[in-house]
Amino acid sequence: MIPLSWYLILAAGLFCLGLYGVLARKNAVAILMGIELMLNAVNINLVAFWRYQEPLDVAGQVFAIMVFAVSAAEVAVGLALVISLYRRRRSVVAENMDLLRW
Amino acid sequence: MQTETLIWLIPLPPLVAFTLIVLVTNKNRALSHTLGVGAAFLSWLGAIVVFARAIGEGFHHLGEAPFASAFNWLPLGDSFLQIGVRIDPLSAVTLFFVGWTVLMITLYSIGYQNFGAPKGDHDRPGLPPHGATVTDDHGHKHTVPSVEPNYSRFFAFLGLFAFGMYVLVVSDNLLTLFVGWEIMGLCSYLLIGFWYARESARAAAIKAFMTTRVGDVFMLLGLVYLYSEAGSLSYHVIFSPEVLERLAHDPAVGGLLGLTAAGLIGILLFIGTVGKSAQFPLHVWLPDAMEGPTPVSAMIHAATMVSAGVYMVIRIFPILSAGSDHGQMTAAMTVLAVIGAFTALFSATIALAQNDIKRVLAYSTISQLGFMIAALGIGAYVAAAFHLMTHAFFKALLFLGSGSVIHGMEHGVLHTGDHDVDPQDMRNMGGLRTRMPVTFWTFLIGGFALAGFPLVTAGFWSKDEILADAWAHQHYTVFITLAVAALLTAFYTMRQITMTFLGEPRTEAARHAHETPWTMTLPLAVLAVFAIVAGWIGIPNDFLGLDLGEINFFHGVAYTLLPSGIEPPGITFHIIPLLTSIGVAGLGLYLGWLVYRGYTAGASDPLQKALGPVYKVLQNKYYFDELYDFLFVRPAKWISETFVYLWLDRGLIDGILHTLARIAYWLGGIFRNRLEMPIISEGADRLGDGVRDFGWLLRKSQTGNVQGYLNIGLVLVVVIGVVVVLLLN
Repeated sequence: MIPLSWYLILAAGLFCLGLYGVLARKNAVAILMGIELMLNAVNINLVAFWRYQEPLDVAGQVFAIMVFAVSAAEVAVGLALVISLYRRRRSVVAENMDLLRW
Repeated sequence: MQTETLIWLIPLPPLVAFTLIVLVTNKNRALSHTLGVGAAFLSWLGAIVVFARAIGEGFHHLGEAPFASAFNWLPLGDSFLQIGVRIDPLSAVTLFFVGWTVLMITLYSIGYQNFGAPKGDHDRPGLPPHGATVTDDHGHKHTVPSVEPNYSRFFAFLGLFAFGMYVLVVSDNLLTLFVGWEIMGLCSYLLIGFWYARESARAAAIKAFMTTRVGDVFMLLGLVYLYSEAGSLSYHVIFSPEVLERLAHDPAVGGLLGLTAAGLIGILLFIGTVGKSAQFPLHVWLPDAMEGPTPVSAMIHAATMVSAGVYMVIRIFPILSAGSDHGQMTAAMTVLAVIGAFTALFSATIALAQNDIKRVLAYSTISQLGFMIAALGIGAYVAAAFHLMTHAFFKALLFLGSGSVIHGMEHGVLHTGDHDVDPQDMRNMGGLRTRMPVTFWTFLIGGFALAGFPLVTAGFWSKDEILADAWAHQHYTVFITLAVAALLTAFYTMRQITMTFLGEPRTEAARHAHETPWTMTLPLAVLAVFAIVAGWIGIPNDFLGLDLGEINFFHGVAYTLLPSGIEPPGITFHIIPLLTSIGVAGLGLYLGWLVYRGYTAGASDPLQKALGPVYKVLQNKYYFDELYDFLFVRPAKWISETFVYLWLDRGLIDGILHTLARIAYWLGGIFRNRLEMPIISEGADRLGDGVRDFGWLLRKSQTGNVQGYLNIGLVLVVVIGVVVVLLLN
């Protein structure tokens, strides 16, 4: 059986990819995609821990499903914001979105 | 009315009169004097009724059970100060003569202050009336006496004074006695300064007030001491045998001079009398008090107020004599005898050389009060009380007589228009016998009573009793001193009578003097009667070895002071003091007449030739005023002006304050320049600037770029993670 650490390494790698996407990409849609990658990395962790640590308890799976639901909602809101910004500024470049600047 | 109720009421009418005159009737002369005399009359009536009831009780019985009533007044912790009234034989007799003299003097004042006379041409309040010009039916202009500008005020003060005196007499404790005492002190001040626009009157008023104050402070000390020892000031407590016994055996506080508590209390209280009754060395105020109107001199400075001092000493005699066996003198009594006898002789010598008619009487008052004090000193308190009463009558008479003389002389002065003639100077008088007959005869009676004219006059009997007591108890020094003083008294009295009334007028003013109105002569006549008959009640029972039965009614006064059940010690008749009394009185009167009958205007005093430089010393009253001026007044002025004002106040205290102010100013400068400006103010500025600059710095980080924030967040998480990992390992 594949040991737990492999899953964790996979999840960490996936999380880092997502993080890199969030930090480095200019496109706001790509940033949202990075966020999805990070959430899914967490999901892998949750499921892996459930499977290896508490297989009799459904809490791990339930958590993963909750994360799906929340991420779906978040993406919906995020894309709506991106579309709204695009309509205003004709751009989805994250660097240009400096409304909170001093 | 119940006697006790009546006694409570006696002092009130004069107080009511005072209030009404001051507040309501002061513009109306007739109403004011009606109130004044009416009040004096009511009090007189009360006094006489109480006196009659006291006689009805019998002095023996009254001494044991006096009319008394008292109630609690001031709460003091767990006890009360009581006030109350008490009439025992002593206060009954005092009430009698006070009632009479107050009434007579108030009545007399109407005439003396020229009621009914026109307003003066240029009189103003605070000065004696100067006279008014009137035009008669024939068109002639006359100058006549004018009415006193402050007429009502005078009667108001007399009322207040009478209130004080009655309070003093009827009170049953030393506290209210002291209250009355001080009310009279105030009235004395007000009335001496009645003509307050005169510099001399103001000075005399202040002098009288200050001098008596010296005595009063000591008296108050004595009262406090007595209260702390006995726990009460009521007569029935402090004169109870137990308290006296204790006082006589406890040593004085601090073992002062080896006195007993009774001795120290007695001496302190007696110093109050020294001030009030003008005994040496506090006698200096009384002659100057003659600045007041003459009725005031008669009432306050002869008949009543100065008598109050002697009255008080008689009251406290049980304390003074506490601890002595019969006939033996305590330390306090010795002090009394020495001061009294010395004062009697000393002021009699001064009286010899005075030319002011009132000053002679003033010094004779001091001298006679000295007689009484000396009598108390040798234990003859009955004789002292007797002389107190007779003296009140004849001295009031003499003062009123002298006022009448002055009044007559003023009339003459106004008539002649020669204002250089001093109407009080006896050298300007003479021959008033025919011009003022009533005044002359009454003055003669008063003068003979003062001189002790044998067998008839009151003064003879009372003075004789003092001398007899001194002889009987072998106090020969006192006896001789008083006998010499009595000789001098007779001499200067006759000198006064001769210079004033006999011979020919020495000035035009005296030639035109004439008799005063009935309001003045009536009191003279009434008092003249008393100046004779008041002595008869004290004739010794065994006079000349005869058995006269119980003729001596006055001796009953002794029951006031004795514990119940003890008969007053009598003295057996002795011929030597009697002969001495008769001899000195007769010799003095004869010499006085002999020396002065040929006195003419402008001549120097016959005594001046005989006595030489001594006369000058006497005339200047032994330079006591100068001495006191040098010893007390000038040092006091120096202390207040130079020491306290210039040195202490301006120099020391102001200096300290100025230095303090300078130090504070300097400290303030330091704080401002070294602390406030550079540190606090500057520091606050820097802090503000720093915060602002830091804010500017931080602002740069707020880029608004979410990815930038996240980068920083990542870096921080990594750093914190590394740190946490390192720390945990």
